[in-house]
Amino acid sequence: MGNLSFDIAHLFAGGLVLVSFMLLYQDRMSGLINIFTLHAVVLSLSVGWQAYTQRAWHLFVTAAIALIFKALIIPLSLRRIMVRLRIHRTVEIIGGVGVTMLVGIGLVALSMVVMLRATAAADPLAREDLAFALSVVLLGLLMMVTRRNAVSQVIGFMSLENGLILAAAGAKGMPLVVEISVAFSVLIAFIVIGVFLFRIRERFDTVDVHQLDQFRGEYR
Amino acid sequence: MNDVASVAIGALLAVPALSACGLALLSSYRLTSRINVVSAGATFACAIWLLFDRPAPGQYLFVDDLNIVFVVLSTFVGFTTSAFSASYIGHEIETGKLTPAYMRFYHAMYQSLMFAMNLGLLANNIGLMWVAIELATLTTVLMVGIYRTHEALEAAWKYFILGSVGIALALFGTILVYMSAEPVLGQGYDAMVWTSLMRQAADFSPRLLNVAFVFLMLGYGTKVGLAPMHAWLPDAHAEGPTPISAVLSGLLLNVALYAILRFKMLLAANAAAIAPGPLMVTLGLVSLIFAGFMLYRRDDIKRMFAYSSIEHMGIITFAFGMGGPLANFAGLLHMTMHSLTKSAIFFAVGHIAQVKGTQKIADIRGLTESHPMLGWGLVVGVMAIAGLPPLGIFMSEFLVVSSTFARQPLLAIPLVFGLLVAFGALLTRITGLAFGEPAGGAGKVEASFVPLFAHLSLVLAAGLYLPSHLVAWFQNVARLLG
Repeated sequence: MGNLSFDIAHLFAGGLVLVSFMLLYQDRMSGLINIFTLHAVVLSLSVGWQAYTQRAWHLFVTAAIALIFKALIIPLSLRRIMVRLRIHRTVEIIGGVGVTMLVGIGLVALSMVVMLRATAAADPLAREDLAFALSVVLLGLLMMVTRRNAVSQVIGFMSLENGLILAAAGAKGMPLVVEISVAFSVLIAFIVIGVFLFRIRERFDTVDVHQLDQFRGEYR
Repeated sequence: MNDVASVAIGALLAVPALSACGLALLSSYRLTSRINVVSAGATFACAIWLLFDRPAPGQYLFVDDLNIVFVVLSTFVGFTTSAFSASYIGHEIETGKLTPAYMRFYHAMYQSLMFAMNLGLLANNIGLMWVAIELATLTTVLMVGIYRTHEALEAAWKYFILGSVGIALALFGTILVYMSAEPVLGQGYDAMVWTSLMRQAADFSPRLLNVAFVFLMLGYGTKVGLAPMHAWLPDAHAEGPTPISAVLSGLLLNVALYAILRFKMLLAANAAAIAPGPLMVTLGLVSLIFAGFMLYRRDDIKRMFAYSSIEHMGIITFAFGMGGPLANFAGLLHMTMHSLTKSAIFFAVGHIAQVKGTQKIADIRGLTESHPMLGWGLVVGVMAIAGLPPLGIFMSEFLVVSSTFARQPLLAIPLVFGLLVAFGALLTRITGLAFGEPAGGAGKVEASFVPLFAHLSLVLAAGLYLPSHLVAWFQNVARLLG
């Protein structure tokens, strides 16, 4: 039984890394939102499994937040924003898909090397969880770097944050995980969905961050 | 007496939290700006109380020799800035740049920021500290974007993206610290509480701590504005309302630095972990020299002083990275002086930008003739920030340089070089701004000069004479920092 629960935890955490890769190469907005929904579902399964095996019932709250907030509310509102801002067109990926994927593989290898060495003493489940979590975090960062569009950058940030929640859930008995996931949800909900996109649309009719990049306050 | 102290520590959080709720409901800006000042003053009074009487450390909050310095400093600057903000905001409403509806939001956010910073400083729990710093980021992002101009939104967006990534990396580091402590302290709260972490730090897994510190340094370092991760800082300072520039530079950067210092102490307590000093020294020097050169190319007055903040945070990080009683003392003193001076400069700059109707350096000339009080206030402020004697920053910079010369003469060379580069830039700019034929708007200022000159006279007084109580207090903290 111990082995099976380990394998299932492994499956979910590894699945999250794979879904992160799928986010990397998505070049259409609606596809991106769909894959992010999947990302959130896998996260909530993973956290839920951790809650069950660790007998840490408060983690079910975190899993529920992931499911309801990130897999339901956020995708729905992003879809609305997409329609209202008319950005369902293809979003470009800076540097091309192939290079991005290769860099992504490199990052995963890096996080395996770093984490597995640093945590040699910890128990195997926590170690591997942490290594996967760092991979998801780094892939999220990579996605933020390779996108220009504000909405896809936000999706990149949210996938990064999912990695952090995975790490926090994997750390045995860590307190405040629920509070931290709530704080993150507030950060995302408050800024991204509400104020920012609304304002950016209102003022410029575009959410392409690249077009915001004009004023630097230097002599030219 | 402990009961009173517990009330004081609670009030330090409750006063700003409650006033944030109250201010969100009230609509008269004259009333709300006054309430803002009163509640910031009350918060400062609580901080002063804690200076003399401390509660026993709890599971969530604690007061010790280190964080009380930060608490007193940040509540003081928060108080004076709220006074400046009251006169600044009046002008913004008259000119129609902000509407009274925004004022509710602005004041509520100001108090939320005070709450978040106090919570971050007082937290006895690494997770709670993280949540507080995240909240502080959130409130400042919203305030930076308050003018809703193209540039303000760009600045706020940049700040949001970079700030959240920094915060996210810091959380990863926080989780790693918990995992390194968990085998020793057991599962649960103990492994996240500063007081128990510090006691047992020697037994933690050093490898995990090393990795954790890299994440924490990069994460919280983004919020400090250290060089490779600084890109949000100049925009956020230049485009937000000036009182926010003052609290960003004077307070929020310090809070992030405080987090780094705490984790540095944790690593220092573990003999097998890497020494965090060299990383901090490198980042500090890079920030100092980079910002020193960037100062030359600015054409926006607030942006220029934002780069000056990066420069000074670099010096402070360098000093703490060097470590040892003298360098730590110098770092603490420099941090205090920088907060006071930089917020004073922003008080002056805020009114200057309002009377001149521009932030462009090229359009502002001859301030000492057209507006003598503001002009000379700015001149004194810039002299202080450039490190001229007899002002306080000269003393702290002198201490940083001399302690570096004594221990690592080679490191002193880039340090002095960076200081001179920044010095030159500030001096060439201030002559243009303050002297010569007046240019730009010549309207009357309805400024309250009290906060500006209060800060400057404190800086001057510290340069001339440091009370022995203060020296003893800072020396004690410096020893604690190791």
